[in-house]
Amino acid sequence: MSKANPPSFTLDGKTIPFGEGQTIIQAAMDAGVYIPHLCFNPEFKPHGSCKLCTVKADGRQTASCTQQAKDGMVVESDIKEINDERRALLQMLFVEGNHFCPSCEKSGNCQLQATAYELDMMSPHFDHFFPDRPLDASHPDYLLDFNRCILCSLCVRASRDVDGKNVFALSGRGIKSHLIVNAKSGHLADTDFSGDDKAAHVCPVGVILKKRVGFATPIGQRSFDEQPISATPHPVVKGA
Amino acid sequence: MVNQTNPHAAYLDPILARHRHNPADLLQILIAAQEAHGHIHTDAIDHLSAALDLPRAKIEGVAGFYSFLHLKPQGQYRVLFSDNITDRMLGNMELMNSLCSQLWVEAGKVSEDGLVSINTTSCTGMCDQGPALLVNNIAINRLTQERINAIAELIRERVPVSAWPAEFFAIEDNIRRRDILLDGHFQSGSALAALLQRGSDATLNEIKASKLRGRGGAGFSTGMKWEFCRNATGDAHYVVCNADEGEPGTFKDRVLLNGYADRVFEGMTLCARIIGAKQGFLYLRGEYRYLLEHLKAVLQHRRQQNLLGKGILGQADFDFDIEIHLGAGAYVCGEESALIESLEGKRGTPRNRPPFPVTHGYLNQPTVVNNVETFAATTLIAENGGAWYAGIGTETSSGTKILSVSGDCERPGLYEYPFGVTIAQVLADCGAHNTQAVQVSGASGVCLAPNEFQRRIAFDDIPTAGAFMVFDKTRDMFEVARNFIHFFAHESCGFCTPCRVGTSLLCNMMDKLAGGHGSPYDFAEIEKLNVLLQSTSHCGLGHSACNPVLDTIAKFRPAYDKRLAQKDFIPAFDLDRALSQARQMTGRDDTGAHLERNHEQS
Repeated sequence: MSKANPPSFTLDGKTIPFGEGQTIIQAAMDAGVYIPHLCFNPEFKPHGSCKLCTVKADGRQTASCTQQAKDGMVVESDIKEINDERRALLQMLFVEGNHFCPSCEKSGNCQLQATAYELDMMSPHFDHFFPDRPLDASHPDYLLDFNRCILCSLCVRASRDVDGKNVFALSGRGIKSHLIVNAKSGHLADTDFSGDDKAAHVCPVGVILKKRVGFATPIGQRSFDEQPISATPHPVVKGA
Repeated sequence: MVNQTNPHAAYLDPILARHRHNPADLLQILIAAQEAHGHIHTDAIDHLSAALDLPRAKIEGVAGFYSFLHLKPQGQYRVLFSDNITDRMLGNMELMNSLCSQLWVEAGKVSEDGLVSINTTSCTGMCDQGPALLVNNIAINRLTQERINAIAELIRERVPVSAWPAEFFAIEDNIRRRDILLDGHFQSGSALAALLQRGSDATLNEIKASKLRGRGGAGFSTGMKWEFCRNATGDAHYVVCNADEGEPGTFKDRVLLNGYADRVFEGMTLCARIIGAKQGFLYLRGEYRYLLEHLKAVLQHRRQQNLLGKGILGQADFDFDIEIHLGAGAYVCGEESALIESLEGKRGTPRNRPPFPVTHGYLNQPTVVNNVETFAATTLIAENGGAWYAGIGTETSSGTKILSVSGDCERPGLYEYPFGVTIAQVLADCGAHNTQAVQVSGASGVCLAPNEFQRRIAFDDIPTAGAFMVFDKTRDMFEVARNFIHFFAHESCGFCTPCRVGTSLLCNMMDKLAGGHGSPYDFAEIEKLNVLLQSTSHCGLGHSACNPVLDTIAKFRPAYDKRLAQKDFIPAFDLDRALSQARQMTGRDDTGAHLERNHEQS
């Protein structure tokens, strides 16, 4: 620790110091530099599935959430080539599910929506898949709207690693991958899920929603209405 | 949660006992449970959840990942037609439609009486003797209309598959060219005796000196892999043989396991001695389930010869044994870290790397994963030395490579050549005429046009895991690419966004072109998707998923141009096609049931 120069890499020309074992995105966030991401959450072990955080590290594209930082590494993130790819990945996520922002309670607090604004996504571009994903409103206090699921598995990880419950899991494969809950009936009401669970509060989109708090905060006054996601990637959402 | 009266306990308990209630064996337990009951019953999951102390969502998640596992009842006869392009070229779709209509069942569904379900599946590794199908996971090849009629009758009469004519199940090795490996005069234990005489370190040096590179396609130095693993610290070391031969058009491992299993197991045992492993696994693709009893018998024979088990060949400190794990229909498990996940009883999702399996593999312990052919080759090196082996083949690619040749040729089958053989030589040897293209190394490989037939099979020219599919001038290379793209979409694990969504988008675009709705706009879109998948996908499946389209666009452009009826963009949505369901329901197909009549049948 007494070394004159702590290890660092450059991110779009800016010097970013890093600690032992840190990945690129972890060091960047500590330094207050935003790299777009969805399945990454600083409270959890990096997962590396959404690929939104892709950067160019020493000329090679890699997910910055799982790529270990290396001393002297040259990382490019906020460049056209990479942002174009991120936008296409976002468009893929939008057409894969059924996302109707104007009627979604999570609008304004949704990381997918906010990241799309951040990256100037003007249209879904690809043909929609329009999948059939029934809601699960069985639980007295919480609603699951699978239409919006982007398969980041944050709820899976939170329930397993923090709550010690395994309420959520992924099933299926490929484009048929989907979120399931730990109940023979397949209904959330028949699991040991509770609103006090960490898993109830990690969804970056609008799948896991508390009932009876609809529009408590008016649209226009929500987290990402006030500040872009690049300023506060993980705001504390009121009322969630 | 333990329910003593669970009706599924009767068949599950012996399975659980056989697997010592080990949650890491979950996939094996599910496969056995399904073999016993036809599908994985929801009550069976209750029992497994309690017995293995696993959440039921996790069990359902694993079962939901693998194509061959079913959470809902399937037909008593489950028929899966292999749907590689080579099967298509041999008329598999017509045969499937015939079987469907004879048995009154729609493809992809279960007949109303629960008797039969019929569907397609990814390449079953029988391309040299297709069209092929699996009935209750057992392979039937060389399908003809006559054979399909007989199968329909057997199913209607409810004849158990075990009582079907034996000739249906005959599987040929079709070895057409033998070299050092397939020439095969192998004395069990000879390679191990050579290792013990020479010593482990010296044998590892021979393997390094042989310049042997992995035969699964990636071509990593086998000696270095073993050395890294040996030097890695851990509670235990493991040897894994990757027999999840899923690349469309590849079937060499099937033949090696059928006729050369002793060599393969001995290669694994050499590796075990060198890296210090006590446990090995052979991960056998579910499509090769029929080889399981044979392989178990070979293992048992080796134990009797003191070539496996405790104190191998009298060496007190040499204990090693091999267990066979079955796959269940997931191509992605051929990727080594996905294979390890699957061995641990999980969904076959490739891991984040580094760390690599040599330091963090099975149960996070140092693990060597090698291809079937690689392990077999190491026995030759142990017997004959590294310099001898390095003298065969080319400078960068030592030894021989076994090619699985299929498609338009007179003599499909296995051809073993020293590395450096030209494509033209292989084509001449297998009796291919009027060849338009060769797809080397399967769907994820490279498509070669005639002006490239002087290129050579070698790591620095045309690397290959073994598939060699020949297409003559009558074939439509667009349909070849479309078949491969559908394969990738079906086999994408779904973990990362670009591959999960991108492969399906690509499928839709190819189908749009096939439907005559393509325009230059769609070409540009395909190329953009390719860049995205190559640069952002999690593993090789996504990286290579666009290859077949890009190769065929570059080299066989007319096949695409003839589908470009449109100059300007038109949407994929087709009003007339939207009426097809109504036409099917009313049984009409007259002009009055169509919106427009100017659709050409291509």
